[in-house]
Amino acid sequence: MKLLRNLLDKYRPHFLPGSKYERLYPLYEAADSFIYTPGEVTAGAPHVRDSIDLKRVMITVVIALIPCFFMAMWNTGYQANSAMQFTGGSVEGWRGVLLEALGYTADPNRFLDNLLLGAAWFVPIYLVTNIVGGLWEALFCLVRRHELNEGFLVTGSLFPLICPPTLPLWQVALGISFGVVIGKEIFGGTGKNFLNPALTGRAFLFFAYPAQISGNSVWTAVDGVSGATVLSQAAEGGMQAVMKANSWFDAFVGTIPGSMGETSALACLFGAAVLLFTGIGAWRIMLSGLLGAVALSSLFQLIGSTTNLMFELGPHWHLVIGGFAFGLVFMATDPVSGAMTPEGQWLYGFLIGTMCILIRVINPAFPEGMMLAILFGNVFAPLIDQLVLKFHIKRRLRHVQG
Amino acid sequence: MEHYLNLLIRSIFIENMALAFFLGMCTFLAVSKKVDTAIGLGIAVVVVQTITVPVNNLIYKFFLKEGALAWLGLEGTNLTFIGLICYIGVIAAMVQLLEMVLDRFFPSLYNSLGIFLPLITVNCAILGGSLFMVERDYNFSESIVFGFGSGLGWALALVALAGIREKMKYSDVPVGLRGLGITFMIAGLMAMAFMAFSGIQL
Repeated sequence: MKLLRNLLDKYRPHFLPGSKYERLYPLYEAADSFIYTPGEVTAGAPHVRDSIDLKRVMITVVIALIPCFFMAMWNTGYQANSAMQFTGGSVEGWRGVLLEALGYTADPNRFLDNLLLGAAWFVPIYLVTNIVGGLWEALFCLVRRHELNEGFLVTGSLFPLICPPTLPLWQVALGISFGVVIGKEIFGGTGKNFLNPALTGRAFLFFAYPAQISGNSVWTAVDGVSGATVLSQAAEGGMQAVMKANSWFDAFVGTIPGSMGETSALACLFGAAVLLFTGIGAWRIMLSGLLGAVALSSLFQLIGSTTNLMFELGPHWHLVIGGFAFGLVFMATDPVSGAMTPEGQWLYGFLIGTMCILIRVINPAFPEGMMLAILFGNVFAPLIDQLVLKFHIKRRLRHVQG
Repeated sequence: MEHYLNLLIRSIFIENMALAFFLGMCTFLAVSKKVDTAIGLGIAVVVVQTITVPVNNLIYKFFLKEGALAWLGLEGTNLTFIGLICYIGVIAAMVQLLEMVLDRFFPSLYNSLGIFLPLITVNCAILGGSLFMVERDYNFSESIVFGFGSGLGWALALVALAGIREKMKYSDVPVGLRGLGITFMIAGLMAMAFMAFSGIQL
């Protein structure tokens, strides 16, 4: 370790202002602060010091995502293996060759087989996301001379998790490019954007190439196999169809078709525990989002409808299917694009929870609602904060003038 | 009653004047720098819209529509070709009235709105409201609801944009994009978020 530090220190002078590689300083700085704690510390006042910084916040989120990564790979493999057992298909192309060399037997009951096959689908998407997104990030840093920071680690982890396994890699590259450039970098980088970059990229893909990111045939990584998500089953056949195809426990653990990382509410619950314990995620947003969703879906269930089968779906189902848990834990709590004031966070979370259920139940155009609900919340978050602050100022002014 | 509620929700969210039809863009982009001013202009638009759409509805029904002058004893008239002029005239008169009221009772708001208050006259969201009313054949009470809803939807989008732009104080936008460029981008991204409502059938 000492060696690495010495090496970094040795090359430092070459990147300082006035030296040969001055323009490449952001890259040097990124490598340095990625490996070691940043060297600069506060010299004078303020006197309250905390070792929490951007790097630690972002790394905590990535750690909280580990169960989701794991479930993403395992479940993608499990879905594909189960489907292949049924259809008698096999893994084709480079994936087949690679998996055979690793001793893969296409058995959905073998843990390692599921994990291997899932990894063969997930890892390419993950790599493309991080390479393409990272290149954009580095390009903007070099041209605009701001620091490369760890914010992208989170975007680059969230984006592959909300993709369906069969998404073509060029679309992955396009989506993350839109998310990073339009969603974040044109506003000045991490902390200066107003929409969640990962969701912006996904929403762009969703509207630009709906055939590859929605429908019934994209969620299972086997050619010609259609596995509807629980939400589309509910939209078409109501509660009966849902109960016939899955148990609530399956949906909770995440052995259902869907975007790779978002199927497992259990894994999201682990993530939520990490985020809440470390104080990184806003508990108010999570709680009020949960309350909003439960309240509105109970209301819909109570009202009932003869024409819209989605009304039958109770709150306990809404919470575990689709992207609700994943979105609420990892995306809605994004400290940059979410509301910041405590009262604002209650309102913002509630807005997202209710909007998600509203889109799922009322809007026949989209079976899933969480992505657009969070983006909608992001649009109104600055306004909510503004109004909360104004209200505070008004209230306190009365005391002053009183 | 349910019919009116559906119409209201549709005109506020699903067929949002600013983010689904992109009407009234000039004011939308220009008066969205501050939340306070945006709220003021938003209220002004709601008021103007709620009055002009029903008034234009009456004019259309009793003067312009084919055979509308029957109550005067004139058969077979069709004055729809002067519709645009009539609607704009009503809107201009309404805005003039509003301007006088604001000048008298809310001078600070009147000053901060500046040139954009008279410009409501040529705000396409307002004229668009009247034209949609004619095209969709709303009756009098429907046009009150539609006028109020479409104005409110436009105001909501305007205030949200103002909130985002106030937050943008902390952003570091590339020089070439500063000002209107980035505002167009924001409006586009907001419209993407408002796509959440597209497809809802009421």
